[in-house]
Amino acid sequence: MANQVPVEEGLFTWPSDSPRLLGSRCVDCGNHMFPRQDDCPKCAGNNTQDVELKNKGTLWTWTIQGYPPKSPPYVGDVDPKTFEPFGVGYVELEDELKVEARLTLNTPEQLKIGMDLELVMIPLCTNKDGDEVVTFGFGPAD
Amino acid sequence: MASSDDVAIVGIGITSFARSEKSGMDHGVDAVRKAVADAGVGWEDMQFAFGGSSAAGAPDTMVSRLGLTGLQFINVANGCATGGSALFSAVNAIKAGMYDLGIAIGFDKHERGAFRINSKNSGLGQWYGETGMALTTQFFGMKLNRYMHDYGITEDTLGKVGAKAFRNGAMNDNAWRRQELSEGQVKESAMLSYPLTQYMFCSPGEGGVALVLCRADKAHKYTDTPIYLNAAVVRSRRFGSFEVFSRHLAPEWSAGPTVDASKAAFEMAGMGPADMDIAQLQDTEVGAEIMHMAENGFCEHGEQERMIAMGETEISGRLPVNTDGGCLANGEPVGASGLRQVYENVLQLRGDAGQRQVQGDPKTAYTHVYGAPGISGVTILSR
Repeated sequence: MANQVPVEEGLFTWPSDSPRLLGSRCVDCGNHMFPRQDDCPKCAGNNTQDVELKNKGTLWTWTIQGYPPKSPPYVGDVDPKTFEPFGVGYVELEDELKVEARLTLNTPEQLKIGMDLELVMIPLCTNKDGDEVVTFGFGPAD
Repeated sequence: MASSDDVAIVGIGITSFARSEKSGMDHGVDAVRKAVADAGVGWEDMQFAFGGSSAAGAPDTMVSRLGLTGLQFINVANGCATGGSALFSAVNAIKAGMYDLGIAIGFDKHERGAFRINSKNSGLGQWYGETGMALTTQFFGMKLNRYMHDYGITEDTLGKVGAKAFRNGAMNDNAWRRQELSEGQVKESAMLSYPLTQYMFCSPGEGGVALVLCRADKAHKYTDTPIYLNAAVVRSRRFGSFEVFSRHLAPEWSAGPTVDASKAAFEMAGMGPADMDIAQLQDTEVGAEIMHMAENGFCEHGEQERMIAMGETEISGRLPVNTDGGCLANGEPVGASGLRQVYENVLQLRGDAGQRQVQGDPKTAYTHVYGAPGISGVTILSR
């Protein structure tokens, strides 16, 4: 199996058997943010701490990317012959935030607002070193 | 009666929004020439200009083609509210008493296909584009999907809004897409971003618009049919609103910049939604028009389903919406769209809209733009 590398450092714990998204929590007002940031847009303070976000949530809304995104910037498959539509949604992590993420499901029949989901890693492409580039996403919870 | 510090539109110019060999700057220059001619003046009479473009070059360079008159020319770039911001700035230059006569210009030309977003420069991180999430179309699909779930809007209604846009566009010589499409053709075209199909979306396009503005008490020097600007407002997002390119949303909910801009504009104009005879609402896609009807105060959430079924937003209806075909039929040249809406309202209020003229002698008209990164612009016109 190819070595896996994250699409960007600092988005999720890596390497890890059970990765978690890395966010920030405002120490002053309790607001959560993803990805990590130093400033809080809710209270306009700059007193935040790093937190690992919940890895389970519920689907708040969704769509399906039905055509290949422009490349650049997209690094995944853009060949119209082989492109597979992919789901994108906001997943509500209780008491934290709704995170925008790719979804492993990609049909209207599979995707329902309110369904339970959990964090997974999604392969994007193979980089020039032969490593498999992965990003975070959500799939059906066990 | 308008007071001396009010502002009037006395000249309007627009180019064809059809795809062409012209540059974006060509559109801007042509629109300016038409607008100053419409006001019966020359470029040399312009005391100031605010020019907006997001992808077609620095607007102020057009003076080398229009004439080096030394006027104050300020470039405006403000995302999807670029045209609205140029107009807002021009209005305030006159209201402040600095100038009597000037021009607001908006033009653009974009490459074909969905907008290519540089997520790194937008402060979103390179990964956001690399992972396939920097697409405006996804936001519109997700906002609409949740809205349909919450308020019972159906796919049939999406199809009806699309069909109306192309019906109105077919009556507009300057529109890009001038072929009527049925509700079925709209619904059954390729699914781009569920629940939105190809013909439910506008496409990035090209075009130019210019508006000559003056102090209201001097308007009759230039035209017999001055149109007064009762309000021009731009608002950005507040914490908790759901906007394009949000990597996360807060648990809290706030209504968004459209609601804020709309309320402020009605207050400034001393009017309410029921006073408006015509509305041009941002229709990046069919759902945006539907949701923006409620966000701008023209109905309750969910009421659109009945209103659209009854034909209330048709040119012949109670509240005609997007009478020129909107972004759906005209395309979206970002710098020009907001001013296109104002152009259409001026035509309608003058009674010069030809085949698509709203009957019943309309006296008031409303425009609304919305776009990245969570910005909205509203104007209210009257005659």
